[in-house]
Amino acid sequence: MHDSDAVFKALADPGRRRLLDALRDDDGQTLSQMCEHLEMSRQAVSQHLAILESANLVTVVWRGREKLHYLNPVPLFEVGERWIRRFERSRLRALHDLKRKLEDPP
Amino acid sequence: MSKPDFAYAIYINASREEVWNGLLEPEFTRQYWFHDNVSDWKQGSRWEHRAPDGEKADIVGEVLESELHERLVLTWARPADEDRPARTSRVTFQLGDVDWPGGPWTSLHLEHTDFGDDHEMRDSVSGGWPMVLSGLKTLLEKGFDHVQPA
Repeated sequence: MHDSDAVFKALADPGRRRLLDALRDDDGQTLSQMCEHLEMSRQAVSQHLAILESANLVTVVWRGREKLHYLNPVPLFEVGERWIRRFERSRLRALHDLKRKLEDPP
Repeated sequence: MSKPDFAYAIYINASREEVWNGLLEPEFTRQYWFHDNVSDWKQGSRWEHRAPDGEKADIVGEVLESELHERLVLTWARPADEDRPARTSRVTFQLGDVDWPGGPWTSLHLEHTDFGDDHEMRDSVSGGWPMVLSGLKTLLEKGFDHVQPA
């Protein structure tokens, strides 16, 4: 299930965050390309990518036999929305109250 | 076929038909995309992405492929760049059924590719698509009240 638990667990590991950084800098890499620039075994990179995929933080595009990995920021956006929107809502309400007080003195 | 610049995915607790309509029907897209997508969505037809009160479209293009409730491929350009291939990119929406409990669930994969030399457009959509996809999911799963204008 692609829920926020899976997203937070996937992000909890610094190695996996480095993989996401690598994709942010150069999106759409194969496993071999990712292994070239990271000091991690191929097996470790492969396992981390599987966890990132199952959290939907990485999407896969097949080009012939090549499996390309892409950073998928959509779940991160949803996590942000969950709290940022509520914060904005209360800020907007405060501004609205202020406006009413200024325009409609008792 | 060139490698996509972006490949996004989202899983939505709704049928493929609902996701398709949520992407294309102005009554829905206005709620989270703040634009109308206008077309008959037939292969070869023109499509326009316009603000509801806008005089002209912000994005225009052609429907390259259209399989109802399953796959839609569009070209994507500013109106001024419509006839310039180097500034016309391509968007693919692919919908699939997902067999999860509490269904129906639909996977929506989006690829945006072929930006050519239009780096400004490339930067602009990379910030926009996560917001659009997340807004669509909120709309379909929770209803209008939860989608708030930015």
